[in-house]
Amino acid sequence: MSLSATEKRGFGAVLWDFLTTVDHKKIGILYLLGGGIFFLLGGLEAVIIRIQLITPENDFISAGLYNEMITMHGTTMIFLAGMPLLLGLMNAAMPLQIGARDVSFPFLNALGFWLFMFGGILLNLSWFLGGAPDAGWTSYASLAVNTPGHGVDFYIAGLQIAGAGTLMGGINFIATIVNMRAPGMTYMRMPLFSWATFITSILILFAFPALTINLFLLMFDRMFDTAFFDVALGGNTIIYQHLFWIFGHPEVYILILPLFGLFSDVFATFSRKRLFGYTAMVFATMLIAFLGFMVWAHHMFTVGLGPVANSIFAVGTMAIAVPTGIKIFNWLATMWGGQVTINSAMLWALGFIPTFTIGGMTGVMLGSSVADYQFHDTYFVIAHFHYVIVGGTVFGIFSGLHYWWPKMFGRILNESLGKITFWLFFIGFHLTFFIQHFLGLMGMPRRYWVFLEDQGLDLGNLISTVGAFFMTAGTIVFLYNVVYTAFKGEVASADPWDGRTLEWAVSSPPPYYNFEQLPLVRGLDPLWIEKMEGRDKMAPGEPLDDVHMPNSSFLPFLMGLGFFIAGLGFIYQVDNSLWYIALYGGMAFSIGCMIVRSVKDDHGYYIPKEELEEALKKEAE
Amino acid sequence: MSYDPALFPEELPSEPEKATLEGQNKFMGLWFFLGGETVLFAALFGTYLALKNSTAGGPSSDELFGLELVFLMTMMLLTSSLTSVYAMYHMRNHDFKKMQLWLGITGLLGVGFLICEVYEFAHYITDYGFTFRSSAFGSAFYAIVGFHGGHVTFGICWLITLMVRNAKRGLNLYNAPKFNTFSLYWHFIDVIWVFVFTVVYLMGKVT
Amino acid sequence: MKSWFSKFRAVFLLGSLALLMSGCGRENLTALVPKGYGADSSMFLILLTTIVMTFVFLAVIIVFIFVIVKYRKKKGDDDIIPVQVEGSKTLETVWTIIPIILVVIMAVPTVIATFDLADASDAPDHININVTGSQYWWHFEYETEELHTSQDMYIPVDTKVYVHLKASDVLHSFWVPSISGKLDANPENVNTMFLEAYEEGVFFGKCAELCGPSHSLMDFKVVVVSEEDYEQWVDDMKSVTADEEPESAVAQEGKELFEANNCMSCHAIDSEDYVADQVPIGPDLTSFGDRSRFAGVLLPTKENLIDWLLDPEEIKPGNKMTGMYPELSEDEADKIAEYLLQLQPSSVSVDTVGNQ
Repeated sequence: MSLSATEKRGFGAVLWDFLTTVDHKKIGILYLLGGGIFFLLGGLEAVIIRIQLITPENDFISAGLYNEMITMHGTTMIFLAGMPLLLGLMNAAMPLQIGARDVSFPFLNALGFWLFMFGGILLNLSWFLGGAPDAGWTSYASLAVNTPGHGVDFYIAGLQIAGAGTLMGGINFIATIVNMRAPGMTYMRMPLFSWATFITSILILFAFPALTINLFLLMFDRMFDTAFFDVALGGNTIIYQHLFWIFGHPEVYILILPLFGLFSDVFATFSRKRLFGYTAMVFATMLIAFLGFMVWAHHMFTVGLGPVANSIFAVGTMAIAVPTGIKIFNWLATMWGGQVTINSAMLWALGFIPTFTIGGMTGVMLGSSVADYQFHDTYFVIAHFHYVIVGGTVFGIFSGLHYWWPKMFGRILNESLGKITFWLFFIGFHLTFFIQHFLGLMGMPRRYWVFLEDQGLDLGNLISTVGAFFMTAGTIVFLYNVVYTAFKGEVASADPWDGRTLEWAVSSPPPYYNFEQLPLVRGLDPLWIEKMEGRDKMAPGEPLDDVHMPNSSFLPFLMGLGFFIAGLGFIYQVDNSLWYIALYGGMAFSIGCMIVRSVKDDHGYYIPKEELEEALKKEAE
Repeated sequence: MSYDPALFPEELPSEPEKATLEGQNKFMGLWFFLGGETVLFAALFGTYLALKNSTAGGPSSDELFGLELVFLMTMMLLTSSLTSVYAMYHMRNHDFKKMQLWLGITGLLGVGFLICEVYEFAHYITDYGFTFRSSAFGSAFYAIVGFHGGHVTFGICWLITLMVRNAKRGLNLYNAPKFNTFSLYWHFIDVIWVFVFTVVYLMGKVT
Repeated sequence: MKSWFSKFRAVFLLGSLALLMSGCGRENLTALVPKGYGADSSMFLILLTTIVMTFVFLAVIIVFIFVIVKYRKKKGDDDIIPVQVEGSKTLETVWTIIPIILVVIMAVPTVIATFDLADASDAPDHININVTGSQYWWHFEYETEELHTSQDMYIPVDTKVYVHLKASDVLHSFWVPSISGKLDANPENVNTMFLEAYEEGVFFGKCAELCGPSHSLMDFKVVVVSEEDYEQWVDDMKSVTADEEPESAVAQEGKELFEANNCMSCHAIDSEDYVADQVPIGPDLTSFGDRSRFAGVLLPTKENLIDWLLDPEEIKPGNKMTGMYPELSEDEADKIAEYLLQLQPSSVSVDTVGNQ
């Protein structure tokens, strides 16, 4: 990454800077880097899955390895790629959008990242330590309790650590948006992406604890012989499914809502038009989030909950189509009458509309409980959620990367390469997944290591695999684009897209304190308002004064490391009690860091007024 | 070490815990954290309710629980909530000594509660052979009560750290929010205990 | 309910015929060509929701294409500032109300069908089969007929058959796409559904809940036969006793080996030789010679059977038979196979309805 400011420093200094940073912009970059690596890993696993399914009864990989592959693909993509990439974009953009100098808890922000990173590394270490988890990303109780080896233990420990980090991120963003908005930035003037960050964080806050408890129960059953899911002792595996989906359904909205916000910003910016029906968009987002907590059992239509429960959850699920429909039509109406510029960021947003609409269609179809008796756990479901998660989340992340890359790194991603990436990925995506709707209905259940010969499934699977290669090619072009841009990319101005929101009012990349003076916000799309009135920058909302900043700290990294060691000890203590040393040692180390943090006073520091005055002068020139 | 004179004014404001942005952030963050904790306990309550009759031939809640001890524990914890309110009252009056005194009493009541809980568990294990491996009911019971006990333990450790660290410094704008968030957390634990008392013990005795 | 479906069946039979030409899977496996009551109900809702949703999709796509063609920025338009529209109450109300109406159109038949399929009040008047899913095979206990069989489930055509599903180890899910949607087999409770097949034939069943390495190999078949053939099959199955001597000498040797290698401790060869409420360890072999597939997935040839006996792990990773018996020589396996293949007690078999 080319950061003109850091180029002059040595590698060691830059590394130390990133290891100790509490700056939301750098943490955003770290999240993108970490999430990006796991995205490539998850993608590689996906390609291996598709190669295994290229012909019937293939033996490219063994049955056990295949189950590890699907489990790790799902887990990695959702927890280690999707969410961190989103948290990265939120970190990079949200504080700027609401006109804040940083998040409420910069230290927690760094801690959240390092917990995610160490959790992710722990989970992936399982590949080298006797086998990855193999009970599916849902890790349903009966199989996950019985499956031998340490795979599922890695799943539990890794997700507990990474999940704690995510929860911290969520709380942090909520407090930031409640407390740190710039003068005049009322709730109903916030850009949709910030709104979506706020609502998503609330979802994280109320959804993740259910997963935490569920993983605890599973862990106790596996390691300490408790009886939560042991039917012989009165346990019940359906509890696992309920708790999992009470977390899991909001989780899919955690993955999509931030991108709904992002697309709203992108459509408005590149149509040069105010978002159509802003208020309706905000309330539709809230309604989707609320309904998201009410429909978890639609993942369990075939569990045998009875017709009453199935009917209630079926109707509830279909109801989500209404606020989602409002959003789609409002986006179209935003472009209607606008001046639509089609560049890479916008291409991804435009590609999202038909793709996500198909995902939404099949979502409603899946909500019809009796129809779901056929769809459930088949490739139809695989197709559906890839249309939603790839068509929504991944398209959105690509759009967001193209949109904010200049803000984050000071250079604009290459347009031609961006368009090649989009078309390769878009075509590959539909090739891979559209046919899978039919494969599912033709009798191909999901999580099948092989499909049998002579069952009419050969051609569909072949097409699907070919599509996966296109997506791979698209991703490789994107990686090339990143490298190309770092060296030869066009240097970005503060406002390369004729933007509307506050992040475009500061230089690209922004100074470490974001704003010399917090801006005065006078309405929705504050920068656009100023530009329409002939000013090229925001009016200050506070007098120029010393700016308080938090100190960098190495403790978050050390705490993550401590929990990582404790996690390893935890997994292996069942084999050899010497591992208790790692367990308690790691715990003690992390708690020690916590005590150091709480006992040692850290008041931060002040940037003197003079330095800011100088910066302002420089900008004026 | 950096030093911020703004945190140590001559005259403390009337609500020192909310006087700084840092304090407001802490206050807000803790509230949301408690929101998440509510879901955590809700998940445990759900599990417990689903499994409370799955005794697999082992002792049932009716046979096990003795309400006298639990009543004593409830009283201790509720009183500790009240004493922490006194502590916060004195903090707002800038009376550091009295605040420390009441916080100390709060901590002692918490320790008393924990001792009773340990005694209760020991009693079940030795006299009834009722462990968290006995049945799904056993697992669920120890999970929910144990999780709550764990929260109390954490709260006491937190309190001790706070009291020891600030014993000689007195009150300022830097540590006031810390005392305040502790007290909020402590109230939350009490509220959860009221639910544990009702759902686990009272309802366990009735059925 | 029934009258609706018969009307709609005509419509979607036509539709599915069109689909069939474009290839909608193997006829006795695909859910797209329903051959039973449950699959019909599901197909009706699949079609209804698809039609409604396609309407929505088209509405979105037409506007979408219009917008990007009409409002795309042209060269030289850099200075045009579009009107900054805040929104429109009327329009937004319209695209709130219409979806609500569409949702109601889909929700009402869904709820009706959900209750219709869940109604098990007439179960005592019909055939009841207790189905147990185990890693990686299916066991069928015919309640009133008092007989057991595995892997191939025989049922009469055009009548309701109730299946009561349970898992003996981990979760499984019972799915015969052509006849009915799926229902999970849980370890803690019994789930009930009914099958009502409209046509005779061998229908493919699959496990649809991840249950371990060989999840994808946990196939079973539902053999739908005529009412008379079903009666015949039951009679034939019940007339078998375990001590029947095979005719050929090789098969007799096979039987001795079968006993010597302790196969009987897991497998029954008499469909009535079961202890009530006890889950059998291995599949019933009473009518093994009539199986449509061996081990759920192998074509029923002697070579395949010998391969299976010699190394089951190679064919079904993680199965519970591996290592449970002494290693067999090629010759021993051949003899056991000979014995097993002549276990054909019934004149009714998959061949009666055309083996697939």
